[in-house]
Amino acid sequence: MTDEGQPDKLDALYPVGEKQPERVRTRHGRPLADLTLDNLLAGHVTASDFGITAEGLRLQAAIAERAGRPNLARNLRRGAELVEIPDDVLLEIYEQLRPGRAHSADDLRATAERLRQSYGAKETATLIEEAAVAYERRGIFQRRF
Amino acid sequence: MADADANRWARYDLWDERHLSLDRFAVEDPENGFCAAASPRDPKPSLVIGNGLIVEMDGVPAADFDMIDEFIARHYFDLTVAETAMAIDSREFAQMLVDVAVPRERLVKLSAGMTPAKLAEVLGHLNTLELAFANTKLRCRRQPSNQAHVTNAKDDPVQMAADAATAALYGFDEIETTVRVARNGRTNAIACAVGAAVVRDGVLIQCSLEEAEELRIALAGFTSYTETLSVYGTEATFLDGDDTPWSKTFLTAVYASRGLKARCTSGSSAELLMGFHEGKSMLYLEARCVCLQRAMGVQGTQNGGIDGAPLTSSVPGGGWELLAENVLAALLDLECASGNDTRHSESEIRIGAKIMPFLMSGTDFICSGFGSIPKYDNSFNASLFNAEELEDFLALQREFQVEGGLQHVPEEQLLAARARAIEAIMAVLETLNLGRLSEAQKKSVLYAHGSDETDSFAPGEVAGMNAALVEQHITFVDVVRALAARGFATEAARLLSMARQRITGDYLQTAAIIRDGRVVSAVNDPNRYSGPGTGYIMTDERRQAISWMRNEVSERDVLAREGATGQQESRHWRLEAKGEAGPGDDPREVVIGISPGFGLRLHKTTGGVPLYKVLAALLEGIREGGGHPRVVRVRHTADTSFLGLTAARLAGSGVGIGIQGKGTTVIHRHDQAPHMNLELFSQAPLISEADYRTIGCNAARYALGQSPVPVMIPYRGQALGARFHVQTALLYAIETSLIEAGRNPEKLEVEFYDGRRATR
Repeated sequence: MTDEGQPDKLDALYPVGEKQPERVRTRHGRPLADLTLDNLLAGHVTASDFGITAEGLRLQAAIAERAGRPNLARNLRRGAELVEIPDDVLLEIYEQLRPGRAHSADDLRATAERLRQSYGAKETATLIEEAAVAYERRGIFQRRF
Repeated sequence: MADADANRWARYDLWDERHLSLDRFAVEDPENGFCAAASPRDPKPSLVIGNGLIVEMDGVPAADFDMIDEFIARHYFDLTVAETAMAIDSREFAQMLVDVAVPRERLVKLSAGMTPAKLAEVLGHLNTLELAFANTKLRCRRQPSNQAHVTNAKDDPVQMAADAATAALYGFDEIETTVRVARNGRTNAIACAVGAAVVRDGVLIQCSLEEAEELRIALAGFTSYTETLSVYGTEATFLDGDDTPWSKTFLTAVYASRGLKARCTSGSSAELLMGFHEGKSMLYLEARCVCLQRAMGVQGTQNGGIDGAPLTSSVPGGGWELLAENVLAALLDLECASGNDTRHSESEIRIGAKIMPFLMSGTDFICSGFGSIPKYDNSFNASLFNAEELEDFLALQREFQVEGGLQHVPEEQLLAARARAIEAIMAVLETLNLGRLSEAQKKSVLYAHGSDETDSFAPGEVAGMNAALVEQHITFVDVVRALAARGFATEAARLLSMARQRITGDYLQTAAIIRDGRVVSAVNDPNRYSGPGTGYIMTDERRQAISWMRNEVSERDVLAREGATGQQESRHWRLEAKGEAGPGDDPREVVIGISPGFGLRLHKTTGGVPLYKVLAALLEGIREGGGHPRVVRVRHTADTSFLGLTAARLAGSGVGIGIQGKGTTVIHRHDQAPHMNLELFSQAPLISEADYRTIGCNAARYALGQSPVPVMIPYRGQALGARFHVQTALLYAIETSLIEAGRNPEKLEVEFYDGRRATR
């Protein structure tokens, strides 16, 4: 819930790219201003520059929180935890979370542990542990194909 | 003639031929899932909290929660308001939804304390009008917007780029594409992105595919959002959708982690179509879906039936239910792409009616896929509105002054953008060695309405391009380079600008679109409607943009047309004024009183008959009937009745004909009241030259004291007002401007030139 004072603060901050672009960096630490066509054509900037950073997502999470959207903020914070995880690892975890892919709660718990240990993804790990319990109770580990 | 052996009312035969007869209507049957709201199997709202945990929700104890219940119980509720919210009488809360004095924020806050059954019960108290009004107040973003489907039957990237440019010009802020052949996603996405970039910066692109494949294409930078995170209202359906609330929540976070906008999809009848509805009502199951979505933390939803809309529409209250779903999403503070993306009926009346509450209230995206391409090219299936009906949609916006996100585009601008989009996508395909086209092939796309008319890439060639794109790990950077290398610097810069949005993440906030390179979302453009004069109000500029229609008629057009016709036809006749006209004494005399502009400024009836032929036919008819015609020009009035009565009072027989330049005619008698005539022919567009002859003949017979059979102008129910009244009003205004009050009628000498000979 926003109180009377907060919309002004949001006005000064959001959209970040317009109001405070200096707060945003690329994943290689470059400022937004470096992402020009010339730099791209010259090869100074590559595809991997065009990703959001964990800090960038946490900033958006704070904005969402301030705008009265705690659930969206939680999602963006989970996103922040996943920024550094390679695409194929994420796709693999997603696959494992789909019905009937993992065979037991332990499989999911192992994934949660790996997320926590290797990437510090605590909130996501908690979510997956929660899934492990729910899947077991509801028989989601049952083979589907 | 009616068939003497008919065994049923003949009107059923007609009704059976109408498009509506193709629609199927289902018997309301809650047990079998055919129930819009309030099924006997819907639970009664309840929420029991113990030690900060939900121990019972909507009559189900925690131990029996299915995975949807459990996810909602764990992640949805704001426990600080739950008790208060659940205690509010549902009808009272429904009242608050339509009370402009209750701010949206308060309603959103309280909704976080209400269970799905409670929310469904609340919505059940609102009628369609109230739902639309609630939507006006509850939608997230102040400024409404619209989304286009851009697909084609061949997955042809060249047509797709041209059509994406077209969609961007018409005003769509999002473009959603999908494929005919599963592996063609990359060329579709690239083509849409490049085509839209020809027109402007900021059109968001989506390529709807299997979840993992869609994500891969987004990761390559070709798309900027997704809306295929499907969720369902029953557990068994969810599992057949091959996901769980947790897998979908994880995927939502993955999209965020790559700076991609995401919204979920749900919609009534999905559970019914997929076989696991549990006998629950559509609205209750959808309430579960939207609660789940807010619990997941996704910023928005695409709901309102979607693929299930035709099925929902088959039950009583179906249209009401679809609207209620969207209002629920708005109440839960989710960006709402409000369906209207499936042809729910074959009846154009039902289609026009379906869109109205949405156009009136405005939503974040009026259609979650307006078919900007022909129906047959729509790879999602026909949308509610399609390329065929786009101008109908524009007419609705214009007529009711409502914001549907679109506007007309002048043809030169349209063709220029299409041409450039074709060149731009070819620059990319050629640079990446994916394909070439001849000039003739490109031109076939430029002017094409749809893929039936194109001679571009064949489906096999497109599949080859996609294989190469995967193999060579092509990303958006390669596309930007190709564009820049071939002189498309503006387009390259626009694609780059879209990619930069992924770094700031501003468009991850609720209901974000990008206008003029600026992110506009519920954060910096929140909807704070609180009654007349608040919320979204069109600027004068925008009002003008939505008010322009192709082929609009103006006074200048009508005058120019009349002027040209007059010049062409002056060689056929001559009307010469010969002083004031007095009363006649010949008992066989019939006077024709022509209007002030007849043959002077106006030259053709609205039925397209030249006035010299009209007058000639009347004269011939009078003679044929045994009368003696005389022509006068009436100066003091242009009204048909008074023209006729003036003529009748001058005629020796007491019978006259009044006629206006647009062709409206009356037969009058001197002793009648002005508007009580002998015969009136008000449907000028339908009166033929032969009819005018018969009218003349009848007038003569009245003059001779006979009782002729009245002239019947055949009318087949045409909307004459719609077709002709603009022109009619403008033509008549010309006549009334020539009126000179108090001036007497003039004698006229009429000569017709038929080849060499002049006839009187």
